[in-house]
Amino acid sequence: MLVAVKGDAWNSSVFGGLGTNHMTALDSGPSTAPKTFFFNDPVIRGIVCQIVVAIILVSFIVWIIGNTAANLTAQNKTTGFDFLWKTAGFDISFTLLPWTRASIYWQAFLVGITNTLLVAFIGIVAATVLGFTIGIARLSSNFIVSSLATIYVETIRNIPLLLQLFFWYFAVLNTMPAVRESYELPLDSFINQRGIFVPKPMPDPQFAFVWIALLVAIAAVFGLRYWVIRRLETTGKRFPVFLTSVVVLVLLPAIVWLVSGADLAFEIPVLERFSFKGGVQLPPEFLALLFGLTIYTASFIAETVRGGIQAVSHGQTEAAQSLGLKEGDRLQLVIVPQAMRVIVPPLTSQYLNLTKNSSLGAAIGYPELVNVFSGTALNQTGRAIECIALTMLVYLTFSLLTSAIMNWYNARVSLVER
Amino acid sequence: MTQTSQTTADQVQSAKKAPAIGTRPAIEIIGMHKWYSDFHVLRDINLTVQDGERIVIAGPSGSGKSTLIRCVNRLEEHQEGQIIVNGVELTADLKRIDEVRREVGMVFQHFNLFPHLTILQNLTLAPIWVRGIPKVEAEATAMHYLERVKIPEQANKFPGQLSGGQQQRVAIARSLCMQPKIMLFDEPTSALDPEMVKEVLDVMISLAEEGMTMICVTHEMGFAHQVANRVIFMDQGQIIEQNEPEQFFFNPQHDRTKLFLSQILR
Amino acid sequence: MTNIGFVRSELIPAKPAPNRISGPMAWVQKNLFATPMDAVLTVFGMLFLLWIVPPLFNFVIGQAVGPSGTVEECRAVDAGACWAYIYNEMKFFIYGFFDIAEQWRPNIVFALGALLFVPLLIPKVPFKRVNAILFLLVYPAVSYILLAGGVFGLLEMPTQKWGGLLITLIISVVGITLSFPLGIVLALGRQSTLPVIKTLCVAFIELIRAVPLITILFMASIMLPLFMPQGTTMDKLLRALVGVTLFTSAYMAEVVRGGLQAIPRGQYEAGASLGLGYSQRMYFIILPQALKHVIPGIVNNFISLFKDTSLVYIVGMKDLLEAVKTKNDSALEWQSSNTATTGYLFAAMVFWIFCFSMSRYSIFMERRLNTGHKR
Ligand SMILES: Nc1ncnc2c1ncn2[C@@H]1O[C@H](COP(=O)(O)OP(=O)(O)OP(=O)(O)O)[C@@H](O)[C@H]1O
Ligand SMILES: [Mg+2]
Repeated sequence: MLVAVKGDAWNSSVFGGLGTNHMTALDSGPSTAPKTFFFNDPVIRGIVCQIVVAIILVSFIVWIIGNTAANLTAQNKTTGFDFLWKTAGFDISFTLLPWTRASIYWQAFLVGITNTLLVAFIGIVAATVLGFTIGIARLSSNFIVSSLATIYVETIRNIPLLLQLFFWYFAVLNTMPAVRESYELPLDSFINQRGIFVPKPMPDPQFAFVWIALLVAIAAVFGLRYWVIRRLETTGKRFPVFLTSVVVLVLLPAIVWLVSGADLAFEIPVLERFSFKGGVQLPPEFLALLFGLTIYTASFIAETVRGGIQAVSHGQTEAAQSLGLKEGDRLQLVIVPQAMRVIVPPLTSQYLNLTKNSSLGAAIGYPELVNVFSGTALNQTGRAIECIALTMLVYLTFSLLTSAIMNWYNARVSLVER
Repeated sequence: MTQTSQTTADQVQSAKKAPAIGTRPAIEIIGMHKWYSDFHVLRDINLTVQDGERIVIAGPSGSGKSTLIRCVNRLEEHQEGQIIVNGVELTADLKRIDEVRREVGMVFQHFNLFPHLTILQNLTLAPIWVRGIPKVEAEATAMHYLERVKIPEQANKFPGQLSGGQQQRVAIARSLCMQPKIMLFDEPTSALDPEMVKEVLDVMISLAEEGMTMICVTHEMGFAHQVANRVIFMDQGQIIEQNEPEQFFFNPQHDRTKLFLSQILR
Repeated sequence: MTNIGFVRSELIPAKPAPNRISGPMAWVQKNLFATPMDAVLTVFGMLFLLWIVPPLFNFVIGQAVGPSGTVEECRAVDAGACWAYIYNEMKFFIYGFFDIAEQWRPNIVFALGALLFVPLLIPKVPFKRVNAILFLLVYPAVSYILLAGGVFGLLEMPTQKWGGLLITLIISVVGITLSFPLGIVLALGRQSTLPVIKTLCVAFIELIRAVPLITILFMASIMLPLFMPQGTTMDKLLRALVGVTLFTSAYMAEVVRGGLQAIPRGQYEAGASLGLGYSQRMYFIILPQALKHVIPGIVNNFISLFKDTSLVYIVGMKDLLEAVKTKNDSALEWQSSNTATTGYLFAAMVFWIFCFSMSRYSIFMERRLNTGHKR
């Protein structure tokens, strides 16, 4: 009772009539109190509150649906997903899947998704390599290296990605010479207004053996690592894993290549009258988006990596040193496993960001999901709600998948605390 | 502190009865100076620690105690003078540093256990990867030392699941698993709750009884009194006074020592 | 055993450090040539700088055409950046199509904004509450009247004419301000024990955070008009603001949630034990503490939003970037091979200055909060 009295006194004296004196589970009076007004029961109050919110929300949605229906009939538009099976009749400049004007809309949907995934996948790999390098460089004891890394990070992450895309697309790639005056790059590649033309590898059927050899080599490296640790644990003998792995990875496929007589020809792009024939064309839209995403995301990954490494306290290094562990072992056994626990969750959200940001490709004409589906398809069919909803659904799926994987990972590696 | 001296009073005798101090120096520090950039943190340190000797270093905060013992296994680099550990002089030579670190164990104030490894893995990591001891053997040794520090049942838990006192005992066991000739302790009990201090000190006392060469930075004066052969008092990066515990505590000579003792033994 | 007693008679004074560890040479040795590997890295770093800095300098300053230059100079073969182009089109980049004679109005808005906003950022300046009320309630109204006009004899200026940096600033400031209360509500809702409210908030936050801003802007631009009663026309700026605010509020909610979670349970219980109800506990005890902790997070959100405003071209607004792009593409009288690059360089510098200073501010606040917390 004392508490309640104090509370009331404080309320009325200090705050006057501000807010009603709510009674919730935490401060409900003792059982001797007389019957309370039903609205002061926290359970009832909660239910009432939720019902009110639900009613408001439902009426809001009904209102929107009504408006939308009225607007659509006024504009003579229909709704539904039947358009997915209609002929699209437009061109897509860059596709992995087969695409003709006769293809239908859900194929366009798939083309958009694959194009998004393509640039996201390559971008993620490249941004990871670049980001880790720069993140580690920022921690270097070498003044020049760490300053260069700092300048990179502080410049890139403070400039909008769209601006960087415009820069790469309009200021760099678009000012490349016309096809006839293409610049020659090393390895029989060419760069011009229409992008970069690189030789196209043309492996003969025999070449499959080399791929198999590579897979075997990768498996062998994993096996080797397992065996080396086992051997160390039983006999105490060490083995140069890294060097051996590199040798195995290079030698095994190389030997198979030589022995099997597999042939890897390259179709070199050749300048014809108006364009290049043969080779693979990487269009400027794709390149600009890839450069932009990689460079931009790398600056964030670098910060993540730096933070993760710095999160491992110096005491851990010292403890490992005082036990006599050498630098390589220290990193491999003590620092990296702990840093990775800190790095991986924000790193995945950077991957997700990169995937979402690839939608900016729409602004420079790269036919990714938003461009193809919420852009061209939407304009042609007028089915705005359906197209945007499907587009959002794809990103939502990516996001939910990623967070499911992350939850699993976090549960697996989280440090056990009391 | 006084509490500790009472509860372990019976162990005092046995500790003092520990194997006689050898005459071979385990650690020799000769005219050593160290700077942190322009700050002269250690000044003309001369210290010889004989095999089996137990030394306690005391002194006010910032006097350079930690820095001194960290120089002994080269977690810090000194700029002038010599440090010779087990006959190996510490220089920039990585091989020698490794050699010394294998023989010198260190226990930190904040334990510094590896949180991502189980207790057993914490204990076997260095024996396997540094000494090349087979895993089975390393685990047996680890269990032996876990029993010595009285927590064998925790072997498969993670450090985060243990109390501070237990963690510090694991840290001691982790160093012991490398079978070091010398043990360094940097305020091993000052991050612990009072009731956990005793369990850690007991382990250290039993180590002393076995004749381990030890340098302890600690403010546990009861422990110093029972176990140490010598107490060293540092201030402003230099050794101000050193003596046998009896003399040091009951007949301090330097004014600073007196002041320090009057504050700490209040 | 020999007597081990030792007492120092005279204290050793501090000596200067040996040259090998102090002074510029020691610095060079330690930071540039500590190991052979370091030496190699230093050499490569220097070579890289030599390779990149001189051309960059030449482009931006050395061979650049100054503000008073002509397009002919910009078209010269070895000309660098064409600053004359920026200088001549500056008004468009800042105000968009805002009538030139009326540009004093946005100028007053800028000046007022700086006058009210800067003191808000400096922790030492007093009258924070009055200042905040002025900035959040009075200033927007005054600004709107000034910019839109149509009253007090001011010429009416439809929002389609607003553009450039003006729009970038309006959208980011309004977006962050509106999304803040929304974010608090969402964050509190997410922590609620009432299942309906919690589910709604979680669903909203997670959906918005899952999709790219560009799709939300598409929605705002195409679907929003459909949702409104027939015959309503929605201002484009309003559409952009709705999209940006909804988007930012979801991120804001997560920042606020982080702050709420940082408040120890004891604070909630102390509030309850004083007899305060839910809203009182939140208003007087929890939120003031939580919001202090989230200032850096809010600033970081603001930085992202500021950069993201460049996407509002989707709804047809000409923000700074879009204004630059428009001129790059259409100002035929300034056509040269460096025009576009100069334009983007200029926009990048403007964005960078804003974002970088905000990020410094966020770091400053973080430090301040950390030390304040420990004391
Ligand atoms: N890495 C460092 N860089 C610069 N100065 C340092 C560094 N480490 C310690 N110092 C300074 O050197 C002095 C001695 O530090 P040290 O940690 O050895 O003191 P200590 O006697 O162990 O004190 P405490 O009882 O607080 O642990 C202190 O003044 C400290 O500020
Ligand atoms: Mg210390």
